[in-house]
Formats: sequence, C-alpha cells, structure tokens
Amino acid sequence: MRQLVLAGALIVVTGFTGTAVAGSEDVIVEDAWSRASIGVNRPGVAYMIVRNTGDERVTLTGIATSLAKMPELHKSSINAEGVASMAPAGEIEIAPGRTIALEPGGLHAMLRGLQKPMAKGETFPLTLVFSDGGKVTVDVPILGIGARGPKG
Amino acid sequence: MIRRRQLVGYGAAGLGALGLTLFFGWWQVDGPGAPKPVGRRPLPLSAMDFRLTDQEGKDVGPETLLGRATMVFFGFTFCPDVCPTTLSDISEWLDVMGDDAERLNVVFITVDPERDTVEAMAQYVGYFHRSIQGWTGTQEQIARAAEGFRAAFEKVPTDDGGYTMNHTASVFLFNDEGRFVSAIDYHEPRDFAVPKILRSMGVRAEGET
Repeated sequence: MRQLVLAGALIVVTGFTGTAVAGSEDVIVEDAWSRASIGVNRPGVAYMIVRNTGDERVTLTGIATSLAKMPELHKSSINAEGVASMAPAGEIEIAPGRTIALEPGGLHAMLRGLQKPMAKGETFPLTLVFSDGGKVTVDVPILGIGARGPKG
Repeated sequence: MIRRRQLVGYGAAGLGALGLTLFFGWWQVDGPGAPKPVGRRPLPLSAMDFRLTDQEGKDVGPETLLGRATMVFFGFTFCPDVCPTTLSDISEWLDVMGDDAERLNVVFITVDPERDTVEAMAQYVGYFHRSIQGWTGTQEQIARAAEGFRAAFEKVPTDDGGYTMNHTASVFLFNDEGRFVSAIDYHEPRDFAVPKILRSMGVRAEGET
C-alpha cells in the first residue's frame, strides 16, 4: 500500500508539467487524476481542480479527449434517502476568483466508450472547452483503481 | 335532554374524526400508504432471506455473516464515481484497523447482476482490500437482499443506449449476532467511520470513553 502511495506521488509530480494555463491565462487546472479501468466496457473517470484566476466569469461547456468516444461532465448526488444517482452536469459557470472541484462523489469527467484501457502509470490528454471558445488541455495521470485523490 | 343528545352526537362525531385521523395516520406511516421502505432500519440478518453467490462461486446468504460483525454496501462495478470511491474508502478504513479488519465480514452486493457476474465481481474486488467480498445473484435474489437491508436501487437508461444504476450508497453495520448497529452515510465525515465499525465489533475505539 505504501509503495502504491509513493508511486502515486511520483506520478503527480510528473503530472504537474501538465498543469495548463488557458490562452487567456485565466483558467488554471490543477491536481488532475484518474483511476485505471478494467478493460474498456466500464466508463472511466477523471477529477481535477479548475480555477478561474481572471476578472471575467467563465463557463465550462464540455470536455474532449481522444481516450473516450463520449466524454461528458457528470455530477453524482446523494438524495435525502441516501440513494446515489448520476446525471449530466450541463454547463458550469465559474465566477471570477472562484474554483470548482471535480472530485469523488460530485462533479466528474465521465469517460464513456473508452478507446483503450486506462493503464495505471500512463497519462492521457483531456481538454476543457469554454463558452468563449477557449480550451485548456491537461495531462491526466492514471492512478490505481483504488486511488482516492491526486496523491493516490 | 335535547342538549344531552346533541352532546352525545358531538362526542360521536369527535370520536369518528379521531378514528379517521388515526386511520389516516396508520395508512401513511405503517399501512399501504406508507412510503417505500427507504431510510428505514435494515432487518436483523437472522430475519433476512436471500441466496447469493460470492466471488469464489460459493453459495452464501445472511446466515453466512453471523458470528462476526458485518459491513454491507450496495453498488455496481460499472459505476465510475461513487462505488470505487466507497470501495477505496473502505479499503483505507480496513488498512487503518489492521488485524481487527480480519475479524469483520465486508460484503459488496451488486445491484447490477446483469453485468456483474461472479467473474466480474471477483476481478473487481481483487483491486481493493483483501477482506472485501463481492456477492451477486439473480435479479430476484438481489431484490430480496436489498429489501432486507432496506436498500433501494433502480435501473436508469442513459442517452447512449446503455444504463446506469441509482442505489443506496450507505454502508450498513451489524454486530456478530446480526443485529443492525448503524450506517455510515456517504457524505458523513470519514473520521467517524472507523470508530463506528469498531463499535459494531464491540471494540472500543481509541480515545473513546
């Protein structure tokens, strides 16, 4: 387990080279990570922090990646009875100076139709698309199936 | 006399109204008008009745779990977000518990037996803590198990022609006699989890008085 955590930490360090800045230099993506998949039939997932450092409101309209045929922003929610469900998140506004977290149990990048298995130790490019036409691409490190955060 | 008769009449009407109120109360709380058994306490394991198959192909049921404290949760292996998160959280709790984890039944029951075969469950749970078992079975038996645990699940079509599953995300804890002790809700602070598990095992958590 400790080895696994160490491996995860190393991957994150290399992952930082993928920290992206938008053309406008307003949006920063940090701490991107994902979990390895078993084959290609199950949907994959990716998480990250999206920070709007500018003075303008930005709207995240979608995601793109060559890894999956149907990448989509999704949101998990748990209702009052403790039942978990998942639905497309639609467009997500980020106010100036604000941050949104794609994290377990909430917003996440859902990767349906994987073109190849997500292998632990590899990375894949994921592009965030904004309403002004701006795009931010980040290299997402693939951690173990049991990973709980960007550090493994 | 008339007044008296009127009073009796009022009394009867009052009693009738009270009866109706009681009846409607019963109807909504315990009767046929009661909400689905979601959010209610799971039955004791000894009162449950279902047959499933574990990740090794062995026949299992609620009686398999008696004699040790038990942790049960529902999910499905095609779930990208909530389920792997629950499984990895539980794996971490079990790591923290060390040897105590060996004295606990930990069971993941799929709500998607159509895709989660015995082989799929075996492969999936193999990526998490070795104590975690994966149980599957027929649709009917899964439904019976969920009913016993008062867990809800529902198949929901997705726009790509596939489907996903909504399901109860809580983790249920039972003592070694199979009595329900408590649940760990999905959004509950994770620090409460290990003490709750230890309590279900009759072990006093560190720092607890």
